[in-house]
Amino acid sequence: MRVFLFASRNAKEVLRDPVNLFFGLGFPLVLLALLSLINASLAPEAGNLAFWIRNLAPGAAMFGSIFMALFAGMVLAKDRTSSFLTRLFTSPMTPSDFLLGYTAPMVVMTMAQSAITFSVACFFGLPFSVHIIMAIFMTAITSLLFIGIGLLTGSLTNDKAVGGICGALLTNLAGVFSGIFIPVDLIDGVFKTITNMLPFYHSVEAIRIILNGSYGEVLPHLAVVMGYSAVFFLIAIVAFQRKMSGDRI
Amino acid sequence: MSAIAATGLTKKYKDVTAVDNLDLAVEQGELFALLGVNGAGKTTTIKMLSCLIKPTNGQAVLLGDNIVSAPYAVKSKINISPQETAVAPNLSVTENLAFIAGIYGQDSRQAQKSAGEITAQLGLDAVRKKKAKQLSGGMQRRLSVAMALISNPQILFLDEPTLGLDVLARRELWTLIRALKGKVTIILTTHYMDEVEILSDRVGVMVRGKMAAIGTVAELTEQTGTSKLEDAFVILAGEAA
Repeated sequence: MRVFLFASRNAKEVLRDPVNLFFGLGFPLVLLALLSLINASLAPEAGNLAFWIRNLAPGAAMFGSIFMALFAGMVLAKDRTSSFLTRLFTSPMTPSDFLLGYTAPMVVMTMAQSAITFSVACFFGLPFSVHIIMAIFMTAITSLLFIGIGLLTGSLTNDKAVGGICGALLTNLAGVFSGIFIPVDLIDGVFKTITNMLPFYHSVEAIRIILNGSYGEVLPHLAVVMGYSAVFFLIAIVAFQRKMSGDRI
Repeated sequence: MSAIAATGLTKKYKDVTAVDNLDLAVEQGELFALLGVNGAGKTTTIKMLSCLIKPTNGQAVLLGDNIVSAPYAVKSKINISPQETAVAPNLSVTENLAFIAGIYGQDSRQAQKSAGEITAQLGLDAVRKKKAKQLSGGMQRRLSVAMALISNPQILFLDEPTLGLDVLARRELWTLIRALKGKVTIILTTHYMDEVEILSDRVGVMVRGKMAAIGTVAELTEQTGTSKLEDAFVILAGEAA
């Protein structure tokens, strides 16, 4: 009951901000439309498959879920710095109420957002199949990475810093190293090594593989994303609990 | 049974002792005003008693439950109006109130009913559908206090509750607090001495983390040979410092 109330409150805080709605829902669609148009203008002999709709749609879905870091971090940071969290800390809410209450609405929003993104992708030529539904679930799972980053940033910094870290830095970092804009498979060397070490490319690959129905190949990519997610969540939980107990970090 | 029984309560931050070996007993239904200059340890004391921070030493028992070993039992019986306004900005006044009522265990219908009653009591009726961020500072303050009252706490911590309120709103809140006296145990911190004289049963004066004096307003003025609480406070705070 308390988790549901808190999750509902957090969803309202995010969705009642029109700027959030634009970035959360509009931006992945703009990305999808723009890159599809670019793809249509490319000569087939260029051989660039990065903007092919089967590759582009998973990238756009993952890119949209990056904003969950911003949303989760902003809500938490504002709650912390405005004393609202102080009020909640004196209530009977438990650590799991807080953790699930901040996480669950972001996962639901990711699912809604990716459902819209894949629907629009169908308009741009993505064949409809049951794999799309599984890809939506996979996007929700990989979004835990960004929610964890958001909760960690929101536990340690104020909302302005969250905007800088999760809004500007993370979106650029994830954009560059995810293979959405840059065809990673055509580039070797240090760039590819870094791309493989970071979780962003693996997030897109996990969604792409599921979308293509090759479920058996997803585990190596999913393991990397889940490993990073677990680390970010663990550090976020420790930071948050230390705040709850009044100790300084 | 005392509502609050603290013994040797201490909070240290590295080399700074914010609260030093505090002994305090507050009876059920009593309104106890905690006075002190800024940094005297009032807010740290409230934070320990409301389970926000753990004491370095000592213990406190609230209505039979220990703040360290049974914090959730304590939390279900208390509520707090923090020093800063604490509201959810994108939720309406009614939504803010119903949310707090809900997390303290009221079902949806009861929470809506409680929200309706408290908005009427605190003059928030006209703005009940407005988002909290659209309210003036004073109205946000009222809402913040209303959120502390809606759970019907047995112990209520009011940390400078009238800060930022206009004269009329202060008087309305005083009336509400007076109506709670005898039913709810209230710990009040404030810098307004008139508020203390009108509302409190007993007063504690904290200086540098220690309780320098405890008594009724009459006892403190008699002890210091003064006629007003403000003069008594200046002497007590000055002597101990």
